[in-house]
Amino acid sequence: MQPERTAVRVVLAEDGALLREGLAGLLARFGFAVAAAVGDAEALLAAVAEHRPDLVVTDIRMPPGFCDEGLRAAVALRRADPDLAVVALSQYVELSYSADLLDSGTGRRVGYLLKDRVVDVADFAASLHRVVEGGTVVDPQVVRQLIRRRRDPLAELSPREREVLALIAEGCSNAAIARRLVVTEATVGKHVRGILAKLDLPQTDDTHRRVLAVLAYLRGQG
Amino acid sequence: MPTDPPPIAPATALAAMGRRRFLLTGWPWRATAFALSTVPVALAAWVPLAVPALLWLLAVSPDAGLGERALLVVLGALLAAVLGPPVTLPLARLERRRLRLVDARPARSGHRRPSAPGFGPWLRTRCTEPATWRELGYFLLVAALVPVLYAALLAVLVFQFGAAAAPLILLGGDGPMALGPVKVATPADALPYAIAALVLLPAVPYLLALVAGAQAALARTLLQHGSGERLQAELVEVERSRARLVDAFDAERRRIERDLHDGAQQRLVALTMKLGLARMDLPPGSPAAEGVADAHREAKQLMTELRELVHGIHPRVLTDRGLAAALGELADRSTLPVAVDADLPGRPPHHVEGTAYFAAAEALTNAAKHSGAARAEVTARWDGGVLTVEVADDGAGGADPRLGTGLTGLADRVAVIDGRLLVSSPAGGPTVVRVELPCSLSEPPSA
Repeated sequence: MQPERTAVRVVLAEDGALLREGLAGLLARFGFAVAAAVGDAEALLAAVAEHRPDLVVTDIRMPPGFCDEGLRAAVALRRADPDLAVVALSQYVELSYSADLLDSGTGRRVGYLLKDRVVDVADFAASLHRVVEGGTVVDPQVVRQLIRRRRDPLAELSPREREVLALIAEGCSNAAIARRLVVTEATVGKHVRGILAKLDLPQTDDTHRRVLAVLAYLRGQG
Repeated sequence: MPTDPPPIAPATALAAMGRRRFLLTGWPWRATAFALSTVPVALAAWVPLAVPALLWLLAVSPDAGLGERALLVVLGALLAAVLGPPVTLPLARLERRRLRLVDARPARSGHRRPSAPGFGPWLRTRCTEPATWRELGYFLLVAALVPVLYAALLAVLVFQFGAAAAPLILLGGDGPMALGPVKVATPADALPYAIAALVLLPAVPYLLALVAGAQAALARTLLQHGSGERLQAELVEVERSRARLVDAFDAERRRIERDLHDGAQQRLVALTMKLGLARMDLPPGSPAAEGVADAHREAKQLMTELRELVHGIHPRVLTDRGLAAALGELADRSTLPVAVDADLPGRPPHHVEGTAYFAAAEALTNAAKHSGAARAEVTARWDGGVLTVEVADDGAGGADPRLGTGLTGLADRVAVIDGRLLVSSPAGGPTVVRVELPCSLSEPPSA
């Protein structure tokens, strides 16, 4: 299974008590140390100031306004500390929100996932770890919608290349993509080069910079 | 329409006259008060009529030519129309109050409420509604008839009281005196007249009540709202209540959505998560693990189904982020490639947003299912108090809104809030479904 890690310290913010408890249980089960679990954005900021966690997992909509308090708190936290890992959970795909968050800090250690992903517990925990380790995780559905919205510039990509791009955006390495698509890593590399060429993006070996470049490119079209 | 209960007490002076003991009630006094207070009202009514009346008098003078007469009449009428309402509008309000003296039934004004605050809309409303001109007509009649009628009434009263008092006056030796057409010189001569006058004395209150009652009937006819106006007012009320129903219906949908979201959906997510965790603690490949894995899959399926169901009741994104965001999500969910161009400077009211959204959803569903379209476009604009949402596809066309698609129900919903649903779908396409909903916009959408 997974190699032993020192426990990642998490502050969790979610206004639904049931889900908050469930999430806290899930995090504990996967070896995270839950420093605090709170129910609104103010308490989140206070808890982060107090506990200095490695990771913040927050719902986007929270009391009092149920607008984007959680997201704004997350963006503020990232501004104060660009290295703080933040994963935002959203009820539904909201492209402008994901953009706000992905633009914050250095664009690394950030995740935007749909709330329903938490039920695939192992995948969810893996996503969190990826973010803590410096990755960028964007929900596949968000990526799909981004690609749909920007249909025209991406129209040149083959279906296979789009699949690869979506997996890149999820933060998968070339090796992981190769396993998922049951192809060789060399093939994945070829697809990646094809994508970067078609989208006129600079070649680089850094996955995250690639992801960000792609996302920035996709957003920049809007 | 409320019907009056059967009258226990007479409602008007005219009705009271038919009762026994009429003379012992307050009605004669009320009629007297009404008749007396009519005099200043008639005088006031003459104020705006003085100049036009002068012109009309000139018009009927013998030495005026036909053209001059016509001009003077028209000019007088114009002047009366301009000068009249400023006096007759407040006077009519007073007159409706004064009517209570001889008519216990409430008299409601026939005036409409102006469409907007400010002097301009008020003036427009007052000039274009019949109530204003009926009131003017009433006061023209009062100004013309009251002097004649009241002079006659006064003559009758003077004659009657003179006759009654004649014997006493003649005893003082001031004879002879004239009682109308006859002359009487002695008390003895005057006695029959006096007796007749005294016998007829109880008729005076009846006479007063008759005059006051007739005037009150006229006032009632001309100064309160007519049946047509009432019908119009009721229609407006019916329309409003229908709109309120739609509003309530929409609010109810939002409430159901919120309750399901905060309750069942949250619990189901928590439960599914627990099942996911339970799977991990069971030895892989064991029957228990398989059972829990099945349950986990089922729960995930149920989550998806419930989310779709709740979304169909009322999309959360519409409540949270408004129409533009919801249309974007709608496009993303569609099986067709859909371009959205929504540019709204604020948020329409909830029920308008809902109606526009569901209309667009229905149109997109039809486009994806029946038209064979390769792509669709959704446009939303707000301009001059009308929200317009248009869904166009490049399909085969030939869609008939009467063929029992969901558009028929939507057309009803749109009509209730005074909107229009337009469908253009010639054979060979393209199909355009357009919804126009009159509404105002509230606060700008949250960023």
